[in-house]
Formats: sequence, C-alpha cells, structure tokens
Amino acid sequence: MLSRESSATLMSAITAFLYREARLQDEHQYEAWEKLWTDDGVYWVPANGADIDPERQMSIIYDNRSRIALRVRQLMTGKHFTQTPQSNLRRLISNIELMDEQPDDGDIAVASNSLIFESSLRDDTLWAARNEYRLRYVDGELRMASKKVILVNNDKAIYTLSFLV
Amino acid sequence: MNMMTGVSPWERLIRPDRVHGSLYTDPDIFEAELKNIWYRTWVYVGHESEVPNANDYVVKSIGPQSVIMTRDEQGKVNLLLNRCSHRGNQVCSFERGSARSFTCPFHSWTFANDGRLVGYAFPDGYEGQDKAQLALGRVTRVESYRGFVFGSFAADGPTLREHLGGAAETIDRLVRTSPEGEVEITAGFLKHRVKANWKFILENECDGYHPAFVHTSIFGVADSMIGKLYGGASTALTRDYGNGHTEIDLRPEFRKRDAPMSWFGTSEERLPDYTARMKAAYGDTAAREIMIDGTPHVMIFPNLFIAEIQMFVIQPLGVDDSVQHVTALQFKGAPDLNRRLRQQTMGSVGPAGFLLADDSEMYERCHRGVLARNPEWIFLGRGEKRQRQDELGFTVGHVTDEVPSRGIWTHYRNLMEPI
Ligand code: FES
Ligand SMILES: [Fe+2]
Repeated sequence: MLSRESSATLMSAITAFLYREARLQDEHQYEAWEKLWTDDGVYWVPANGADIDPERQMSIIYDNRSRIALRVRQLMTGKHFTQTPQSNLRRLISNIELMDEQPDDGDIAVASNSLIFESSLRDDTLWAARNEYRLRYVDGELRMASKKVILVNNDKAIYTLSFLV
Repeated sequence: MNMMTGVSPWERLIRPDRVHGSLYTDPDIFEAELKNIWYRTWVYVGHESEVPNANDYVVKSIGPQSVIMTRDEQGKVNLLLNRCSHRGNQVCSFERGSARSFTCPFHSWTFANDGRLVGYAFPDGYEGQDKAQLALGRVTRVESYRGFVFGSFAADGPTLREHLGGAAETIDRLVRTSPEGEVEITAGFLKHRVKANWKFILENECDGYHPAFVHTSIFGVADSMIGKLYGGASTALTRDYGNGHTEIDLRPEFRKRDAPMSWFGTSEERLPDYTARMKAAYGDTAAREIMIDGTPHVMIFPNLFIAEIQMFVIQPLGVDDSVQHVTALQFKGAPDLNRRLRQQTMGSVGPAGFLLADDSEMYERCHRGVLARNPEWIFLGRGEKRQRQDELGFTVGHVTDEVPSRGIWTHYRNLMEPI
C-alpha cells in the first residue's frame, strides 16, 4: 500500500500523462504519441463486448508494438485518405482511477472514461469509451504497456474509426 | 415500361458503358431495389457453422429486415422473421444464443425455434383459433451451398445452384483450402457502417483499378505484395460470371510465382502443420496446386464478398446507409492457418482497418460526389474494347478493367426491368 502522499503524487503523474496522451491524439501528433508506448505495448479496441478473447475473436484494433508502428507510419504518409484531411477532434478524459496500485508484474492499472467529438468530411460523430491502461515507469517516464479502449457501442455497426482513439 | 414512349426507364438509366448517378441516390430506386432484388433474389444470410448445434440461433438480416437463423431440434436450418405474429414486436433481442423457443415480451406468445406458435397467454380468448395460421413469418425459400445459407422471398424462380451458376466453382475452390473441405465462420463479425449507397461497395469489391491509389499509404509502408497484383503489368483477370457475380482472378500471378502459400504472403515452411494436413487430404500434387492458387476473390451478387482471407456481407439500410459485416475466414482442420487469417484480417478490415478505412472513405465521397448533377453519368467503359471470352465463355478483362461493374449493371437491369 502506498502512503497517502505518494499515492496522490502518483495520481497526479498519471492524470498528467493521460491528459497529454489525449492532447497528442486530438492534435494528430502521431510520432510523439507512438513514443508513449513501451517496447511490448498492446493497443486493443475490442468489438462485441469488453471481454472477448482477442486471440480467437475479431477486434476493431488488436495491435502489437510493430503494428502500432505500422498504423502510425500509414497516418504519416499523408495519403491515408480517411485522415486526409484529418478529423478535427476534442476529447474529454474523466473518472480517472487507480485500479490496482501494485499488481504482480509491477505495472500500474489505471482506468478512465473518454468522450470524443469528431468532425470529419462525413459528419460529426460522438464516441464514448472506457479506457483501461497498464502503465509502467521506463527510465523515469510513464509509458503505456497496454491500452484497451472499450467503445460503448462496440456491438453495433460503427463508422470508420481512423483517428487514434 | 413507359407506355407513352415505349422506352423502359431502366434503359435510360443503364447504358452499356455508363450508368446514371441517380441510381445511387434516388430513394424511390432504393425502395424498388428492396422489392426487386433484396426481397426476391437469393441473398446470403449466414453460414451453417454459426449454428452448429440443435437449438442454436444467430440474428442475421436481409436488407433492413431482421432474420433469425435457427437450427431446430431436428437439425434443420430455418430463416425466421424477427416479428411477432401478434402485433409485430421483435421476438428476439439477443444476437446469438441457444433457445428451444422464443417468447415475445409484449403479450407472451411463444414460438418454437422452427417458427410454430406453441402457446399464448390466457388462451381462452382465442377459442377456435388455429395456431398454425399464426406462425412466425419465414424466408420463403432456404437453400445452402457448401455451408453458405441463402434465402429468397420469391416462391418460385431459379434454384440457388442456378443463381450461383459459374460462380459456384469459386466456392468449391474456397472450401478446398481446408484439409477437411469446410469453411467455418467462428471469429465474430466487425460491423462497419458507411454513409453511402450499397452499390458503391458492391462494385468496388472487384474493382482492380483502385488499389494502387486508394491503398498506396499502406502498400508503401507495409512492403505488401498486393500492390503488384493490381499494376498495369499484372496478368490477373477480372471476370463476369453472369447473374451479377464477379471475380478478380489472381491465379495467373500466383501460378507465375509457383510457390505454395505465396498468395497469403507465407510459405509451407512457416505453416508445417497445415501443409502436412493438406498433403494428407489431397495428395502432394493437388495440395500443391491448391496452395499455389489460393482462395478466390469473388463478389456473389448482391451481398456476399469472399476476399481471399475474409468474408464480407453487405447490408443496405437506406439509400445512403450501409453496413459491411466482416469476419476472418476460418478453415476446418487448419488451426495454424486460421490464426494468421484472424491476425491479417483484423489489421486490414473493419472501421479501423488499414485497407477498409480508405475504401469506405471512397464510398462516402462517391456518394456525396454523385449528388452533383453534372456530368449525369458514371463512366464504366474501361477495357470495353479489350475484353474477351475465357474458355468457359465468361467475359474476362485486365485486372484493372471495369468488366465486373458492367456485369453487375447488366444483371441489375434484368432484375429491375419488370417494374
Ligand atoms: S406482440 Fe408479441 S405477443 Fe403481442
Ligand atoms: Fe480497396
């Protein structure tokens, strides 16, 4: 158990990290966002619920670290037409909670809610999600070892989701 | 037929090398399509492997209509309409499950999973009523081909086998990728919605002209082998099977490579278990041929697209509202191949897919584009002069030619003409 003081310090570091990630995503700073990942990072957006087995069932995104890099490289080409022009985005991050301060593997389990307003050529779209992270200190900096984005409507037919969620 | 002029409206809208833009945007035409295509011809609904056991069910669709595909206690597959025969409430609200019966939540009528009405609440109010007259509605004809279940609302008309015609052979080819000769649909579906008419999707599935441009961003960074297949020097073909079914036949390119599993960017060495099972099932020579040729790239009109490693089902909801349901193809007895199929499919397709996010962007931009009234036409003449007949008499062209679109519109006109 962390002391109350160190817990508050950790919480403010995590909050700052999540806000920064949100801003990098909203502003399409792809490379800076990619640097937030650990070398073994997993980026997962399940479909049809929160608890499917991603090794057996289709997910909207299930990227290992090299596929995260590929996703970023595709966005960087400027010819990924679904993001050319880029969506205008702003997201709110809230309900940040430390879920498990010191899990066995040393990662920090954190969860938040997000509400994202996307304006694209097609229309305006509102996205809502539960985000579950495992964060890790690497060389004194917080990094994402995993991020799971559970869209509230992931069981329904959804429009193209080509920005970083 | 317009009695005054003797000219069919469809003749004015559909020409050999061009079609009118309003075909994609006119709500009256969309309603006519529901009647003449979706609620009449054979439409793909689901796969038998999605309801493997007695009492399994899964909710599917034909156009905007919700259809429950059940396997009843006798093992028969039924396509039931999700509409209570009392006052119309939907009787099933879950996407899949196991149920002997469905009880309507409104007034508690209960239907067996073969559609029979088996009971109603407070039955004394229905004295003398014949329950057999109040069964769930059903898709009039149900037939399956190698596990793929199709439905037609027309009481008569061509059989499924007649409808599939030459394209049935592509499904034969597909199932041979399994050492046990069977496809399994078990990986769950992504549902990708687009604000565009369904025919933009239909026509794009065998459009070999766009990949070099629409997918340049991913081909450039993923050192993909796909780009070359759709280049000017490619020997791959487009084919029109008739009845609206179209194909991109990549076998000429894969045969040149002469390397088993190259079609899937892998090799026998990396799939030793699969290779051994294929050789045991088909013998060395036939297994090698199957593993060189790969799986088909075929669009079965109007809604089943088999795209080598995945399967799409196109669902129209409105004139500018469509859903692509997509899942990885899985082959019985091929666990190591199936794992790779799921991984590659997840990367490529669905709302965040490296390929389909850009295809879908094109569908939506095309739909907004054709709302402009000039030029009125969509020009589909590419390769008209160089198309030819193959040895079976089907029209073929260069992989980038618009043979598939012309085939689709010829069939479309035949279906729409009677009204
Ligand atoms: S509407 Fe179904 S029981 Fe009345
Ligand atoms: Fe494409």
